[in-house]
Amino acid sequence: MFDKKLQVSLYRYNPEEDKFPYMKNYTINKPEKDIMVLDLLHLLKEEDQSISYRRSCREGVCGSDGMNINGKNGLACITPISSVVKRNKIELRPLPGLPVIRDLVVDMTEFYAQYEKIKPFLQNETTAPEQERLQSPEERDKLDGLYECILCACCSTSCPSFWWNPDKFVGPAALLQAYRFLADSRDLKTKERLEALSDPFSVYRCHGIMNCVSVCPKGLNPNKAIGEIKSMLHKNKKDIIVSDGV
Amino acid sequence: MNNIFTNNIKKIEFDALIIGGGGSGMRASLELAKSGLKTAVVSKVFPTRSHTVSAQGGITCAIASADPNDDWRWHMYDTVKGADFIGDQDAIEYLCSEGPKAVFELEHMGLPFSRFENGRIYQRPFGGQSKDFGKGGQAARTCAAADRTGHALLHTLYQNNVKEGANFLNEWFAVDLVKNSKDEVTGVIAFSIENGEVAYLKAQATVLATGGAGRIYASTTNALINTGDGLAMALRAGFPAQDMEMWQFHPTGIYGAGSLVTEGCRGEGGFLINKDGERFMERYAPNVKDLAGRDVVARSMVLEILEGRGCGENSDHIYLKLDHLGAEVLNSKLPGICELSKTFAHVDPIYEPIPVVPTCHYMMGGTPTNVSGQAFNRVDNQDYLIPGLFSAGEAACVSVHGANRLGGNSLLDLVVFGRATGKHIQGELKSGGGVESASKSDIDSSLERLNKLNESSEGFDPAEVKKELQECMQNYFGVFRRGEYMKKGLDKLNELREKVDNLHLKDKSDAFNTNRVEAIELQNLFEVAESTAISAYRRTESRGAHARDDYPDRDDDNWLCHSIYDPISKEVSKREVNFEPQKVEAFPPKIRTY
Repeated sequence: MFDKKLQVSLYRYNPEEDKFPYMKNYTINKPEKDIMVLDLLHLLKEEDQSISYRRSCREGVCGSDGMNINGKNGLACITPISSVVKRNKIELRPLPGLPVIRDLVVDMTEFYAQYEKIKPFLQNETTAPEQERLQSPEERDKLDGLYECILCACCSTSCPSFWWNPDKFVGPAALLQAYRFLADSRDLKTKERLEALSDPFSVYRCHGIMNCVSVCPKGLNPNKAIGEIKSMLHKNKKDIIVSDGV
Repeated sequence: MNNIFTNNIKKIEFDALIIGGGGSGMRASLELAKSGLKTAVVSKVFPTRSHTVSAQGGITCAIASADPNDDWRWHMYDTVKGADFIGDQDAIEYLCSEGPKAVFELEHMGLPFSRFENGRIYQRPFGGQSKDFGKGGQAARTCAAADRTGHALLHTLYQNNVKEGANFLNEWFAVDLVKNSKDEVTGVIAFSIENGEVAYLKAQATVLATGGAGRIYASTTNALINTGDGLAMALRAGFPAQDMEMWQFHPTGIYGAGSLVTEGCRGEGGFLINKDGERFMERYAPNVKDLAGRDVVARSMVLEILEGRGCGENSDHIYLKLDHLGAEVLNSKLPGICELSKTFAHVDPIYEPIPVVPTCHYMMGGTPTNVSGQAFNRVDNQDYLIPGLFSAGEAACVSVHGANRLGGNSLLDLVVFGRATGKHIQGELKSGGGVESASKSDIDSSLERLNKLNESSEGFDPAEVKKELQECMQNYFGVFRRGEYMKKGLDKLNELREKVDNLHLKDKSDAFNTNRVEAIELQNLFEVAESTAISAYRRTESRGAHARDDYPDRDDDNWLCHSIYDPISKEVSKREVNFEPQKVEAFPPKIRTY
């Protein structure tokens, strides 16, 4: 409280210069008013232009600036430094578990691949009406808490199951979207979607660790969605057994 | 990345190339991905990080859901009036009449619109909306997905591009257009931000869908990436820009942070108050009050502040009051706003008003195009199509917004004209259209700027020059303008030109070098700012968003026209407004009151 300086420990790695990544310490004057972590990075970049990070909307809706802030994933642009600085120190690292391109910029190829894998688009091959397809407010309410995902990857990269099997476990972000389409009254491929998820890895690698829930900057609950998918899978399996029996 | 010449870079060939992965770009690419043409979207960010994602309140369109008798002609009337009569009526007619089809397509693609009890798409009232050509009272015409319509729209478009197998060059940055000797556009020079690889992306059709450039101002609702890259590339290639003096200041940007607070707040019943708690819009727009055109509301707010009735310690902002709507409405209809105001204004709108201030929001001007998205040049007061060049969305000026855009019309603009552009290119290329190849020296000349920056060993610091530019625009070309101040601003810009042309890129590395990107973005911002400043200085009247103290009245005798800025001579000429819609009678200019 009496110290006017802020210590920032920043993960640095430039593949053209550094053999290994390292933590670099910066000391800056503590800003007079509370600022966001992204603003703090802008201040550091004014001092040291070589620092790289992604950013776009700076208001928490584009999902560009997910990073690991004092050990917890979050969006830099909506995280006030007052909420994370401890003993005048803050540590910024890239999202864990993905290859680092440079500094705080990670390669999100694997993350996006999982998203594409769940077929993240409405599937309804019936002839579309001239106007919109009708959907009751109650049916539409089921999409709340699902469609708002911004693909920032804070959840999937905080998930030990995703760290272990990023190629086989779909991960919380993409599973949330898988459920977004399963829950949509307009989507007709429920059975196919469930079958694609029924292997031992895609969904079942989730062990309810709940890191995804605790880090989601939009307050979404992938764990709950995964639970819903699991019960749909169980029900689907039972239906198949029953129909096989007949 | 040193010494890049045509011989040592990769050439990748496409039929169509779309620069920008926001709403208009992805709507165009969706059309083209289905066509079998070889297409790619070049986006400097992963597409769902584009600024369309920040649009909140909705997409305005006469789908006749809230009111079964709604009519696209009423929407057209509102848009013509909102534009202060310099929107092209053929384009506005196309926007409003094709709109319902484009919106229903989005719903069929899966966009999670909010719903009415009868299952149809939810629509809310927005500013400048009327029934029966202004005679039937307030309309509710803005289709919404809560207050996250842009997010829902952008993700839906990306998802459908994935479905159709569209190609994306993500985190590739387009630097300059390539022109052949006949002045046809044959693609762009671009580099991969991830690894610095430079390539000539050759195309038969190049679409500029790069959005706006709100970052020319110090205070803006726009994302950090809104730097007018496409428009600036066109200007550098010698192609004109239209109506660049027309910048919309949104009445409700969060004080201090600039984040947008949707007009939907006022549509749902919120209103603005001054320090005395007075609902002052009753004085400025007695009929529709807080739902007048954005230009009108923004000016009224500034006047309240200038006359000492602003809120807060420094009397420098206005309050947006929402608490009377109740927690239930706020949580279901405006959840994103509740989140944003807690984060950036430290107030919970359920209990307290949000401090707001007019903030730069939207560029009505842009690269002039026809309704098919074809860009044109202007020579001797005639339009000449530029073979190979197209534009859509905020980057383009088609012109449906004229001197002032109505809320909810930008999302409609980008889907309607993104779609039209995609369809047109498909038809043109399939019937054998295209452009001739560029020569080696043509390509080399498009590499000059990048090479100069890469070779710079001294010069000016991009971050500092950017601040100077933004402050200059904010001070001299804001909500109210005056000739003598603008002259000062123009002098300052002349000074800055020297600096912008001589930037020092200290970091020359290849891997995710954001300094290189930001230096080029600054040069782009400058081109847009200069065209804005010169056009604003030249238009000696007040119309729509362009309000001059020294010329306070609209001057239809002299200025019922578009302004065309020529980047080579830096002169402004006039272009006639289209008053020839095909299905309805034109709406003649009249006094604009709300």
